Amino acid sequence: MLRQTEGSAAVAETVVSCRPEVVCAYPISPQTHIVEGISDLVRAGELEHCEYMMVESEFAAMSVCIGASAAGARTYTATASQGLLYMAEALFNASGLGLPIVMTVANRAIGAPINIWNDHSDSMSQRDSGWIQLYAETNQEAVDLHVQAFKLAEQLSLPVMVCMDGFILTHAYERIDIPERDAVHSFLPPFEPNQVLDPADPMTIGAMVGPEAYTEVKYLAHAKQMQALDTIPAVAEEFEAAFGRPSGGLLRGYRIEDAETVVVALGSVLGTIEDTIDEMREEGVRIGAMAIKSFRPFPLGEVREALAGAERVLVLEKALAVGVGGIVSANVRIALSGIQQQGYTVIAGLGGRPITGASLRQLFDDAIADRLPPLTFLDMDWARVESELKRLAEGGRSGAHAENILREAGIVAGRSH
Amino acid sequence: MSEAADRARSDAEKRHQRVRFYQVGSHVVGNRLLDPEQRTVQARTDRSNAITSGHRACRGCGEALGARYVLDAAMRATGGKLIAANATGCLEVFSTPFPESSWQLPWIHSVFGNAPAVASGIAAAQRAKGREDVRVIGQGGDGGTVDIGFGCLSGMFERGDDVLYVCYDNEAYMNTGVQRSGATPPAARTANTKPIGEHPGNPFGQGKDVPRIAMAHGIPYVATATVAEQHDLERKVETAMGIRGARYIHVFVPCPLGWGSQSQDTIKLARLVKETGLFPVFEAFDGELGEVSKIRRPTPVEEYLKLQRRYAHLFGENGHPEIVERLQAIADRNIREYGLLAEDGEEVRW
Amino acid sequence: MEGAKPNRFEVRIHGRGGQGVVTAAELLSVAAFEEGHHAQAFPSFGSERTGAPVVSFCRLDAVPIRTREPVAEPDALIVQDPTLLHQVDLFSGFGPDGYLLLNSGRSFEELGLEDLLQRHRPERLLAVPAGEIARRNLGRPLPNAALLGGFAALTGRLRLESVQDAIRKRFSGRAGEGNAAAAAECFELVSERVGGMARA
Repeated sequence: MLRQTEGSAAVAETVVSCRPEVVCAYPISPQTHIVEGISDLVRAGELEHCEYMMVESEFAAMSVCIGASAAGARTYTATASQGLLYMAEALFNASGLGLPIVMTVANRAIGAPINIWNDHSDSMSQRDSGWIQLYAETNQEAVDLHVQAFKLAEQLSLPVMVCMDGFILTHAYERIDIPERDAVHSFLPPFEPNQVLDPADPMTIGAMVGPEAYTEVKYLAHAKQMQALDTIPAVAEEFEAAFGRPSGGLLRGYRIEDAETVVVALGSVLGTIEDTIDEMREEGVRIGAMAIKSFRPFPLGEVREALAGAERVLVLEKALAVGVGGIVSANVRIALSGIQQQGYTVIAGLGGRPITGASLRQLFDDAIADRLPPLTFLDMDWARVESELKRLAEGGRSGAHAENILREAGIVAGRSH
Repeated sequence: MSEAADRARSDAEKRHQRVRFYQVGSHVVGNRLLDPEQRTVQARTDRSNAITSGHRACRGCGEALGARYVLDAAMRATGGKLIAANATGCLEVFSTPFPESSWQLPWIHSVFGNAPAVASGIAAAQRAKGREDVRVIGQGGDGGTVDIGFGCLSGMFERGDDVLYVCYDNEAYMNTGVQRSGATPPAARTANTKPIGEHPGNPFGQGKDVPRIAMAHGIPYVATATVAEQHDLERKVETAMGIRGARYIHVFVPCPLGWGSQSQDTIKLARLVKETGLFPVFEAFDGELGEVSKIRRPTPVEEYLKLQRRYAHLFGENGHPEIVERLQAIADRNIREYGLLAEDGEEVRW
Repeated sequence: MEGAKPNRFEVRIHGRGGQGVVTAAELLSVAAFEEGHHAQAFPSFGSERTGAPVVSFCRLDAVPIRTREPVAEPDALIVQDPTLLHQVDLFSGFGPDGYLLLNSGRSFEELGLEDLLQRHRPERLLAVPAGEIARRNLGRPLPNAALLGGFAALTGRLRLESVQDAIRKRFSGRAGEGNAAAAAECFELVSERVGGMARA
């Protein structure tokens, strides 16, 4: 049903329609409206046979999910940023045990310095945890991906992370077609686990595996993700057939067929990118975009096919691998290995810095004119950075850069009196 | 009876030592001499063997005993409808050497610090599925319970999740090589609290009393027990399984390897730690202290300490009698606070 | 970019935490949806709860809205708290044809904003005592609903009824009625003033 509503509220409603049996809630900005929304719906009796557990940390949240999922319950939780890191050990455990947990990650930056706004550092930091990672461009897609996620997770016996930009999507009101409850019920059969903790058929889960077998077990996790490269598009197709609109899948090209320049990105920034592309197309520029929807598994073959014909590829990403540069671009490079092309990595939007159409326009013009260095930072305040670097070189105070920058800007009092 | 007969009897008692048969009518051993109904679960041929033989525990391992007693009792109490969540540690490692497993009940190991939370999750799933007849045990060593699992344990208590959590306390991180934990007693030697320097062994004034902390959460049932008293331990597990909500049992389990004790002294050490007063054995309901296991034969702490090389530095030529005195003071305080000594004429049932 | 999006109308709302700035943008978007428009509303705020400056945005269009950037060049500005006037750069990107609705019982001259009247179209700039209107209808000086009614009258982009429907959906009972009444009163006030200016 078409409604004008908040992204988080829509996700909460949709998750409830998916009939999880155990939901774990631990609050962190900007996911709070999701778990609050689910609580209200459960209390109002919209979801029977659901245990809503208010846990004491994110580590506990994922751990309770592990226990519940291993006991055969459909399980869900949501987190962001610091919370995702706090459950890192449990994330690897969940994927290693093949538990089909679904989790929303309301993408947010990671401290220090502490920052509550959107970027992709959190989910990127856990890209190798063995979870499937899907990225939503709009709130409509975020909602749709949750329905697909439960199906994917349970078919593959792998946990799935649905990533949606914190604040930008979670707190935005827009037109969303909330999937009808009955349609979701038809799409999602009840969870039938292939291994479960049950006194009627006891099994041991979580044994130690030594050098003689660990490699094989680990490879099987990888093999399942390779299988997901087929399952993800298949579930997306099924979803489109059932609900009448495309969403999810591995990739989506926008005006890419004859593009000389392709901009690659994940998440909500694609909206602003597409507006800019349309503007440039009006002027005859052959530019297009590629949205990566499934970051794990990374669709190497599909990315290569989509980008092989372009002259230049610009990867715009909302996370930084400190010490080396781009993360998404590194994965894209693997896909394009052997192909001669101009490649640019642009780090943008860190810590919630808005990515404007004007800045993108300038950036794309620079790329096309090949004026860009291989790695750039969009809208960087170089003066501030350079002054801090200079101060450090002159033997300045060590420690937290944020506090030092503020001190230099006179914002922090030097001494108490 | 006549006065004369009374007097005769009293004289006889003074001349003769009263013999008590601990084998019968006490809570100590399996009691094959008892009526079948009064025997321990371990003495029955139909026990579940929830943790069965073939595991790789050290000889004399107190934790293997404790787990066997606890789980078989719990399986009996629940009609075999039991699921276990286990923290990382000795018990998990020696019981599941891939591709083998000793567990004959549904069992999951997740990570080190989350056994209480995993247990909570399993219990939640049973509720969601309307299968509340299936019960849940969370278990781990002192490291996984008192330290790294403490947050999750407290969360489980606070929410009142229907889980019995059992801590097998051998007073250090044994599986990783005997390092100090929040349950390591003062003066004990561990790999990182060696008898070097001014303050040999683990410092005084540290450590957590988790049974008391559990009581402070107001949960319906808290108990401590040792592997020396099988009837007592089994009864406590049975009591616990008859209650819904968060429950906690703290079991003292000697570790010959970590403590430098003889493998044949495991039960003896468990008995001595109680008889000295160093480890009060009790139960508590809804946060209030209930029955206490009285000391049968008051015993100085030295008798207990001398059997363990982890306390060897306290004795001999370069010994520390002042430290032994401090440990005795701890025992004496426990005896006072918990009322561990029998009153005059009170029969010690335990 | 305006040529490419003929029906795009962008609103920026300024206020302080606790004044319902975020809600205002959301209600605007719901009202627009009722009338068949596409609308996108989202906030920009810090982590403080009350008193700190808050900005929210609402974009309206006849076609689906893809962009996610903040509104840099608002077609309409709503300022819920006049104490922000000399603290925050309220007028950044505010073009000469923009609409301004300012919550204040004083005039632009009294507020020291004469130059605004020079650089913009004076019939599109209004100061209204929305807090007062709210106090009368709602019992509390929460100006957001009143200002939305004023916005409808000033810009003609939405009908009062849509605004009131959105309000009633969000607030039940007396709060809903009070806010709807405040919106109506401000709508009337602004209609009169705009009509007066047109006639002048």
